[in-house]
Amino acid sequence: MKKYIYVFLSFLVIGTGGCSSDSEFLDISPTSILSNEQAFSDPAQVLSILANLYNRQVDITSFNNSWSSFVDFGESFPSDGNYSTVQNNGWGYGSWGTWDYGYIRDLNLFIKRDSAATALSVVDKARFSAEARFLRANYYFEMTKRMGGVPLILEPLLYDFNGDPSYLRKPRAKEYEMYDFIIKEAEAIKNDLPANLNDRSRASKGAVLAMEARAALYAASIAKYGANTPVVKLSGDEVGIPANKADGYYQIALRAAKEIISGSAGGYALYQNKPDLAENFANLFLDKEVNNKESIFFEDYKLKTSKVHNFTTSNQPFSSGEESANGDAGRINPSLNLVENFEKLDNTFAPMAHQDANGQPIYYNNPIDIFAGRDARLAGTIILPGSAFKGQQLDIWAGYKLGNGQVVTNQDASRFVALPNTSNPVQVLGKDGPYNGNVNRTQTGFYIRKYLDPTPGAGSRGTNSAVAFIRYRYAEVLLNAAEAAFELGLNADAVNYINQVRARAGLTIPLKSSDLTFDRIVHERRVELAYEGHFLFDMKRWRLAHVVWDGGKMTTSELVSNIGKATKRNTQPFGLWPYKFYDPTSPNNGKWVFDVVLPNLVTGANNFQFGNYYSAIDNNIIAANPKLVRQPNQ
Amino acid sequence: MLTALFSCERDNYQPPSVTLSGRLVYKGVPIPLEYNQVPYQLYQYGFGKVGPISQSFTQDGAFSSLLFAGDYKFTIINATVPFKWPQTVAGKPDSLTINLSSDKTMDIEVTPYYMVRDAKISAASNKVNSTFKIEKTLLDASGKNFSRAVLFINKTQFVSTNDNIASVSINASEITDLNNVNLSVNIPSIVPTQNYVFARVGVQIAGINSWVFSPIQKLTF
Repeated sequence: MKKYIYVFLSFLVIGTGGCSSDSEFLDISPTSILSNEQAFSDPAQVLSILANLYNRQVDITSFNNSWSSFVDFGESFPSDGNYSTVQNNGWGYGSWGTWDYGYIRDLNLFIKRDSAATALSVVDKARFSAEARFLRANYYFEMTKRMGGVPLILEPLLYDFNGDPSYLRKPRAKEYEMYDFIIKEAEAIKNDLPANLNDRSRASKGAVLAMEARAALYAASIAKYGANTPVVKLSGDEVGIPANKADGYYQIALRAAKEIISGSAGGYALYQNKPDLAENFANLFLDKEVNNKESIFFEDYKLKTSKVHNFTTSNQPFSSGEESANGDAGRINPSLNLVENFEKLDNTFAPMAHQDANGQPIYYNNPIDIFAGRDARLAGTIILPGSAFKGQQLDIWAGYKLGNGQVVTNQDASRFVALPNTSNPVQVLGKDGPYNGNVNRTQTGFYIRKYLDPTPGAGSRGTNSAVAFIRYRYAEVLLNAAEAAFELGLNADAVNYINQVRARAGLTIPLKSSDLTFDRIVHERRVELAYEGHFLFDMKRWRLAHVVWDGGKMTTSELVSNIGKATKRNTQPFGLWPYKFYDPTSPNNGKWVFDVVLPNLVTGANNFQFGNYYSAIDNNIIAANPKLVRQPNQ
Repeated sequence: MLTALFSCERDNYQPPSVTLSGRLVYKGVPIPLEYNQVPYQLYQYGFGKVGPISQSFTQDGAFSSLLFAGDYKFTIINATVPFKWPQTVAGKPDSLTINLSSDKTMDIEVTPYYMVRDAKISAASNKVNSTFKIEKTLLDASGKNFSRAVLFINKTQFVSTNDNIASVSINASEITDLNNVNLSVNIPSIVPTQNYVFARVGVQIAGINSWVFSPIQKLTF
């Protein structure tokens, strides 16, 4: 009997056991997906999630967007075969638009999940949260620059599947509310981030303050200079900032910049590590080591990973290029418009002296001589005729110019031609150009030097370059401080900041308070921050874009006059072509002469319309959310 | 087989076939504009998505759209057009309701800020000379100043700030008599050679930078 009971009991046990395992049978934790809790349990794990968010940042010019994002606006010529930037007469209303609410949602989700995490230390949680909030504020800043006020979504939106998603529609915030948000976020998170110079691809206190200073400066100038373009605004302030807010924003910009300058965010300083000032300036963008105390926040790259870029491959000089035979070189050709903006060492502006007062050519012994005695940033930003890259002399000359003004040249630099009254064929075109239509060689007479990596292999497709793209750097902070101080009437402070940047470029005669003008501020940013993604946004916030890109064609005489004026037209990129002078009867035989040239592929003239100040919001987006107001003047 | 035919009919729509065209006029006179710079918008109601059909006036001030029959609204929302577009009481751009069942031609009457009148343009000895009047047509408080008057010439029939081979400009402050403005410009060498140019004079309105022009003239020299 007892035996039966045991048998019965054992059945019972098996029965119930079977029952309970049935209900959990399908409830197995997946091995390939992490739950939110698991994902936010380990700092290294969280950092890898954050890395994805860092990687999705948006810049107007960046190595990810290819070389072509650095061209345009009259500052350079594209020697590529696709000449649309110099043949179009302007930009579509949708140009420069960005509307990535998927990214905003992922940032909001990250912030929410990070704050809900239980296994992370308080310090880690705070830093991760601050980093994501920095990225969110920085992307909202990027959107605001391009679109004006946009819906400010700070929580992940959830659809309740009730069939009517219209409650998720949010209207556009006012433009100043966007800037207020960015400033407020920066103040809220700055102390949760390390004041550390070393990890510059992650957010730091310096990066947050630099963003705050720049954003406040943008808001201030839109408030102040928006008065010049009364048609560029919306009645709900989604576009345009009331003029009475200008001073407040200038003060915030100055305060945030001063916080960095005072050293409380870490000891940032201008890069002054090389005795040759031009080389020093070029090296500032190449040097990622700790001793580069100037770069505050950058997009880093690493060799032998997939995170490398081909900027050097695309833009290196043709004659020494590692991929020239494969059609990769020399694409960005800086324009004479920019080149002539680099001052002489006595703080005056002058065109490149290629003619005397009577229109007679000036002869130089070496092509580099015409650029002598200028701002060191010229040779640091641009590779000039007669200079060298990677130790190899460049071969930039457009041909022989004869005594009667005739030019002897040939499209193919390797085909030799005999000069008049000689029988010996000689080379009549530089291997690096310029010749109209010769792609991958300069067509303006110049190559870009900024970001160009002289490391062996950096210009080859198999290796590529790991030079970082600097988003925020100390010199810009100084210029932001200078501009804000100037606008507040504190000229003595302003010249102190701007002179530091200028002294580093070899302009050792300091500007006096009385020398400082709005034109000076505009000019300094143009030469210091060339090709760093500032030019368009600066021209927009000063409401100068429709003035400098007014659609009018430029003449040579217009090009060489009024240099350094903020309102000077800049619709077409010019070049400066060197020639060897050939006239055996002349004492100048063998010397160099120059011509100011509009490359003949430049057929358009940039016309920035009022409707371009704020990029169009796509019709599909507006159809889905009728609360969004359209941009003005489109 | 039947099914196949049926779906064929169902899937293919007729293309739009009704033409809406017309001109922008001031007291019956067409207003020449800058090519591709003065947009108008058409909305058709009764569909899921709301979005405009955006197009631009030609440089003669004409417009033309090939549309489906239906009810449309015609509007101009750009504040930088060189004429005053009527506003609603709420200050929003007003719209015209257009019932389109067959081809329709209509002139839209607006008041430009300025008109260029009596433009006499001629070519002589490699020079283009012009004489014209500038008439301020919008005289109430919403009127605007003009910044300059310009004579443009081009080798093709498109003549404007963007499309010209030569131009000469006079600032508003330098003009003494609006009823007698003279501008002349040298004709540059044209490659390949041609013995004619197209020319017109324009007035640029201050603050909004847009233009009204005189009609285009072809000049043979």
